[in-house]
Amino acid sequence: MTNSFAEFAKAKMIFVIGSNMTEAHPVAASFVKQAVLAGAPLFVADPRRTALADMAEQHIPIRVGSDVAFLNGLMSVLITEDLYDKAYVESRCNGFEELRTKVLEYPPERAAEISGVSAETIRTVARRLASVKPVMLMYTLGITEHTCGVNNVLSCANLQMLLGNVGFECGGVNPLRGQNNVQGACDMGALPNVFPGYQRVDNAEARAKFEKAWGVTSLPDKPGIMIPQMLEGLASGKIKAFYIFGENLANTEPDIRHVEHCLESAEFIVCHDIFPTETTRFAHVIFPAAAWSENDGTFTNSERRISRVRTASPPPGEAKPNWWIFREIARRMGHMWPSKSAREIWDNEVSVLAPSMAGVKYNRIRGNGLQWPVPHEEHPGTPTLHKHRFTSGLGKLVPVEWTPPAEVPDSKYPLVLSTGRRLYHYHTRTQTGRAAGLNDLLSEETADISPLDAAELGIGHGEMIRVASRRGEVKVKANVSDRIPKGVVWMAFHFREACANWLTNPVFDPVSQTAEYKACAVRIEKT
Amino acid sequence: MSGATFTLNGRSVPFKLGQSILDAARDNGVHIPTLCYLKGLAPSGACRICLVEVKGARSLMAACSTPVAPEMDVATETPRVHEARRLNTELLLAAGRHDCLLCEANGDCGLQELAYRYKVDGSSFPKRDDFHPVEDINPFIVRDFSRCILCGRCVQACNQLVVNRAISHGYRGKGSKIVTGGDTPYHQSDCVFCGQCLEVCPTGALTEKKLRGQGRPWETKRIRTTCPYCGVGCQMWLYVKDNRIVKVTAVEGAAPNDGRLCVKGRFGYDFIYSEERLKTPLIRENGHFREASWDEALNLVASKFGEVIEKHGPDAIAGVSCARSINEDSYQMQKLFRAVFKTNNIDHCART
Ligand code: SF4
Ligand code: SF4
Ligand code: SF4
Ligand code: FES
Repeated sequence: MTNSFAEFAKAKMIFVIGSNMTEAHPVAASFVKQAVLAGAPLFVADPRRTALADMAEQHIPIRVGSDVAFLNGLMSVLITEDLYDKAYVESRCNGFEELRTKVLEYPPERAAEISGVSAETIRTVARRLASVKPVMLMYTLGITEHTCGVNNVLSCANLQMLLGNVGFECGGVNPLRGQNNVQGACDMGALPNVFPGYQRVDNAEARAKFEKAWGVTSLPDKPGIMIPQMLEGLASGKIKAFYIFGENLANTEPDIRHVEHCLESAEFIVCHDIFPTETTRFAHVIFPAAAWSENDGTFTNSERRISRVRTASPPPGEAKPNWWIFREIARRMGHMWPSKSAREIWDNEVSVLAPSMAGVKYNRIRGNGLQWPVPHEEHPGTPTLHKHRFTSGLGKLVPVEWTPPAEVPDSKYPLVLSTGRRLYHYHTRTQTGRAAGLNDLLSEETADISPLDAAELGIGHGEMIRVASRRGEVKVKANVSDRIPKGVVWMAFHFREACANWLTNPVFDPVSQTAEYKACAVRIEKT
Repeated sequence: MSGATFTLNGRSVPFKLGQSILDAARDNGVHIPTLCYLKGLAPSGACRICLVEVKGARSLMAACSTPVAPEMDVATETPRVHEARRLNTELLLAAGRHDCLLCEANGDCGLQELAYRYKVDGSSFPKRDDFHPVEDINPFIVRDFSRCILCGRCVQACNQLVVNRAISHGYRGKGSKIVTGGDTPYHQSDCVFCGQCLEVCPTGALTEKKLRGQGRPWETKRIRTTCPYCGVGCQMWLYVKDNRIVKVTAVEGAAPNDGRLCVKGRFGYDFIYSEERLKTPLIRENGHFREASWDEALNLVASKFGEVIEKHGPDAIAGVSCARSINEDSYQMQKLFRAVFKTNNIDHCART
């Protein structure tokens, strides 16, 4: 996020797109709702009428996967009606001409045709967004989990820059990160192309720096591969050994059958986990790990805030902290790593090597923690990014073309399946399924469908139905809900048997390699 | 208008324009007891515990809802004030069944504190026993209406803080009750179990079901940590007794969550105590997992990776880090891949 949660409740106007915040980020949603109570108009663009949409000045029910067209449509109005922030665009952005040419190809009428909301709505929303400054924009996985995810993100940024809303308190582009430490795992360089602190592996200077720090030579200079290619590599035999730390890939990746085939093909799989999962079944060695609250460390939240995690109970049996396990393997392969605790790892390595975290030391991560960048030890942290100027100089406006989801409905599979999380569970329930009480509140998966589709197919609320895609099929209870638009089926991936990922399409954004969890074609029928 | 002053217990002290007597007094180090007042929200004036004497005013004033005026002369600890607070506490006690011995809030209760301070036990008024029955069937929150003082904090928190709008004041007179829409139990209502009502309830009317019998407030140690679920990163207190978390609350006034949690953060902590936890290294042999020592498992993994690197090169290894675990773990894993294995084939589900 360019901005901070503390700003949500004070926002003057809020635009939420592709985020079912009340379920996936409930505390963030509470701030948004407070802003609305205090008078801030709220606009919610989402195919489903989410709980947040109930509080909106306008809910904009765009079609699944039409985000770029809709956002381009808004921008075309801003430009043709001269409502954008010219001074801001001139002084702080580049690429305006190219953007202009592109978005003008999406007049409201065309955007309406693609997105399914009226041209009038698009005009009204554009005018409303231009009427207040700054507007705060938030999005979640509804934007990123598409084959055009990166383009969706760029469009959100384009809109906010065109409106002159980036770089101010209560403005900005604010992706709510899904998992507690996705931000941190990225920051730490658990990515194929960067070292900790986003220093590129193909940069010789960066490599030299890390070689020196780690006491090694010839660090690999070629960016590695991402999860989808890893799985393919297992199937093709290119990847022989696979190391899975914590993730339950056999449930979370699209097209479970295919994923399991890939995992089965591996010559050797190592897992760290706290529980046996669908994925550890494929392991050759499983290491029992200490869980949250069983060791010390840090998490970094969506607003780049580094906070402490502390020990409350000892790990069960012989379970050990993950960092210790990695260190032991390194030792057995001839590398003696000096850091002997999470604190030493952070203080003596991470903060020394990552310039944006240079000022973060354990003795400073007290209370509310620190928001990076924190370039030195006297620095108070950075709640709002891009103040006065963009971190990288000028803000880049990037023209983007709308592309439909990879698989669109047809006569055989006439509905769109979109997926996500529900309030009472988290991901594959490895944790929430074992916390007393949560299963009582949500004990099974449902396929949420619209009353119109239900009536057409003669499906009653609570009836078992079959949902099938080209990848597989599941039997699941129908939840007939007027929050779902006609033509859409909505499911989560919390329960194994009716997990949406038996159905989802393993196609990915070409740049981010994010899977298109939000759109594939399915058919539903009575069982 | 900076520099405005008023008289507080005989002292001339500064205040900010628009400030309530309560806030101005707190800023000047004078504590006035409250029950219904909830910081940051409009005062409801329901409990009449914060009464103070304002010179020239005929009746006592509620400090939480009375703004300070310049030159106002306020006394917070006069016999008249004490008598009024004593009486109001007595009435609140008598209106409920406050058998502290069995109450989970014992030792952490606003009403109990007042009773102690003003030396009352509610016995000078007739007792009631016609209470709404306890709600014990939802999974997380016990609602004991016999301990509810109708202060309204839960209603304010639910409607104005977390804006879930699940509860309100219902019925009248003796039958008054905090109700969900249709007076159904929480789990059959709009309630989303964020537990904010629980967090702000000053008495034992709302308590954690999982806490029952697990520990008294004074037996627990409080540890600050960060929620393990979503990317908001809420700050929480863990209440730990004998190495076991027995309850979780939000850190008041902390960033980013400003005293709030959701159902997962507040109630989803006990998975770590599940009997199904992995407790020893496991090695697969002939299709079955068998227990192994750390040495054996680690040596096997190290030698297997060494072998793969030798035979197929480092890029024949790939790894996925964990977006749920701590930063230091991810750092170590990428270091292992880059510095030891010599491959950049490291990723995590950065995109979910
Ligand atoms: S748990 Fe949350 S939603 Fe439910 S009544 Fe309490 S405050 Fe309201
Ligand atoms: S339940 Fe608690 S917070 Fe709510 S009115 Fe009763 S005493 Fe007050
Ligand atoms: S308490 Fe809820 S909103 Fe807060 S971090 Fe945890 S899961 Fe997210
Ligand atoms: S605290 Fe002032 S009336 Fe309750």
